[in-house]
Amino acid sequence: MTTRGSRPARAGLGNKARQEFAGWIFISPVVLLLGLFLLVPVLMAAWVSVSDWSGQGSPLSSDVSFVGAENYTRILFGGGLDTQDFGTSLRNNLYYVVLVVPLQTALALGLAVLVSKRLLKARGFFRTAFYFPSVTSSVAITALWLFLFNASGVVNKILSWVSIDGPNWFSDPRGVLHLLLGVVGIDTAPPALANGEFLGISWWEWLAGPSVAMSAFVLMAIFTTSGTFMLLFIAALQNIGPEMEEAATIDRANAWQRFRYITLPMLKPTMFTVITLGLIGTWQVFDQIYTGTQGGPAKTTLTPAYLSFNAAFNQNDWGEGAAIAFILFAIIVFFTLVQRWILRDRDKVTSTRDPRATAAAVEAER
Amino acid sequence: MKPPTSAVHRPRVRRLAAAAVGTSAAMLLAACGGSGFQDSSGAEQKSDGPITVLIGSSGDAETKAVTEAVKKWSDESGTKAEVRAASDLNQELAQGFAGGEPPDVFYLSTDQLASYASNGSLEPYASDLENADAFFPSLKDAFTYDDQFWCAPKDFSTLALVINTKMWKQAGLSEADIPTTWDELSAVAQKLTKGKQKGLVFSPEYQRVGVFFEQNGGGLVNDEGTEATVNSPENVEALTHVKKMLADGYAAYTTDVGAGWGGEAFGKGLAAMTIEGNWIAGAMENDYPDVDYQVVKLPAGPASEGTLQFTNCWGIASGSDNIKGSVALVEQLTSADQQMAFADAFGVMPSVVEVADEWKSANPEMAAFIESADFAGNLPTQEGAADVIGELNAQLATLKNTEPQQILDGVQKNMEAVVSP
Repeated sequence: MTTRGSRPARAGLGNKARQEFAGWIFISPVVLLLGLFLLVPVLMAAWVSVSDWSGQGSPLSSDVSFVGAENYTRILFGGGLDTQDFGTSLRNNLYYVVLVVPLQTALALGLAVLVSKRLLKARGFFRTAFYFPSVTSSVAITALWLFLFNASGVVNKILSWVSIDGPNWFSDPRGVLHLLLGVVGIDTAPPALANGEFLGISWWEWLAGPSVAMSAFVLMAIFTTSGTFMLLFIAALQNIGPEMEEAATIDRANAWQRFRYITLPMLKPTMFTVITLGLIGTWQVFDQIYTGTQGGPAKTTLTPAYLSFNAAFNQNDWGEGAAIAFILFAIIVFFTLVQRWILRDRDKVTSTRDPRATAAAVEAER
Repeated sequence: MKPPTSAVHRPRVRRLAAAAVGTSAAMLLAACGGSGFQDSSGAEQKSDGPITVLIGSSGDAETKAVTEAVKKWSDESGTKAEVRAASDLNQELAQGFAGGEPPDVFYLSTDQLASYASNGSLEPYASDLENADAFFPSLKDAFTYDDQFWCAPKDFSTLALVINTKMWKQAGLSEADIPTTWDELSAVAQKLTKGKQKGLVFSPEYQRVGVFFEQNGGGLVNDEGTEATVNSPENVEALTHVKKMLADGYAAYTTDVGAGWGGEAFGKGLAAMTIEGNWIAGAMENDYPDVDYQVVKLPAGPASEGTLQFTNCWGIASGSDNIKGSVALVEQLTSADQQMAFADAFGVMPSVVEVADEWKSANPEMAAFIESADFAGNLPTQEGAADVIGELNAQLATLKNTEPQQILDGVQKNMEAVVSP
């Protein structure tokens, strides 16, 4: 707002400035808190990741020196145990993400559609039941899982009814893909895969798939988080409103078509949220590993987050721990960008070469 | 949208905000940097501050015994002292040091010694102790790093062979059949295997499997600790023997029988024999009081008798406010009498030689453990060695499908990097 006429310009502008100043005063507690507890620690961690701090005293003291990217290169290109462990953890977590994110999203969506049906009796009960695992502490659920998937536990008991000799889940390091390949007769690495390696482990090892132990964690993640995401989908479904569906019904769309061409496209923003949250959560998996297996058996449940904790707290190698955390951060950002690109709105974008058209399309969609 | 006029004033506000954030950040950094903790080493004469003792306790019995002992010392000396049992010792210790407020006295494991000693966190007090020469020499070795004896061994444990006496008799075996060689061990294990019950069960980790390496004259590093010997012919032979026992079906990993550790497999009757340390006594008493058992020395291998020992020491932080008091406390805690009291309370073995016989006569059924001390080997303590052992353990889990030579070659590479960086 501009001031007019006879009054001195200074007063009007001063008023404006005072307002802005007051604004800053009001948000300063949050700015300070965020700065103190978010920005400063992140900056300090960044510093630690390029320093040789050994965990004694302050990382900012004079006897801690700058070592450049040494911690990063040792993890990524060193070829030693650090690289090997990081490669292993990356493989484990990659399979975990690739399995958990699509399955939990699909299950969450399926459950949401089911419990949103107006015809369903006891909807409240089902919603609570499905959501319940999400509010239970992950430590408690891990303990429960350890019992269920014990060698003589409930899961193996049920499998034995159908004459399947269940594995000793949490101590079985065999990779699921290796097991499947074994069924068709490939149980040793072909020379081409055995010789080449990436991040210290051979291609054959990369292709091991999640271990049996990791598969149990995959099932657990799907079981616990689907409820949370179901809630997000329910909220989105309620926003769609019945008239859309009615209009489609009049157009003689069947149930599947209504879901595929009406509901699903309208859920896209929620889908983006769910997948992003899923990606972040699965890449950062830690509690279950810490309380359940601590990376075992044979390091097949080692994840970057747990490796980072272990490097810092158990090996006193804080630089390496912080560096792993930042690499993990980069990985999460990368995957989020990739899925953003995949979920972009293809219909509206006529020419990908014209950024203005893209922007307009995005703007129009919002 | 903001009206354009306000743009005139934005820089000033922004400067103000930047200044505020900058000042607070500077204050915070100054607070972090100013702890001055790392400048305090070497100052022996410090104030008579209260002493904090951080322990990684095996259970209530241990916590209670240590608390009582420390309280007794505290009452006598007039120095305040407090015992805290950590739920995750490594983590709480690391946090204490990083935050500049470490506990004064704490349990320290052999695999953590190198990293804490090399970064100046530890006070090297042990060689000045009055009872410095009273400890078992091999335990002193375990806490010697860079030719310096850093901290006093708290107590120790060795591995021995634990036998279920009922199953032993059922298999028609007698006292005379107690194995003294690898062949005899295999023979009795075969006799003791039937159905779900395995002859010999141990955890898939070097901390158990390693006894066979020792018995064959092997080990992960040479005696001086200057060279990695993971893929030595002795070790390959030992691991091949282990693999054969597993393949023949009379020996099994705890993970194969669905147990968390040897004691569980043994207590549940899934194993007739297991390789465990003296901590098994407490577990059997509490969890499986009805199982009768006998402890004997592990059979000798082709080379010699051999086993592994495990120990912790009483570390003292170099930044402690009361190093003198801490040393006095440790002297009291490692005294012969106090160690016998600890041994009674939670089943450890005293780290001083003079009461070994006393302990033996007080615990005749556990005699094999302390007799094994004569030939017990330590795990390598080089910085990073714990990681390498972790990698070896990961490989051992897959022993049934992998060649011993291949496993040991891979680990050798990693151990070389640790031993001679």
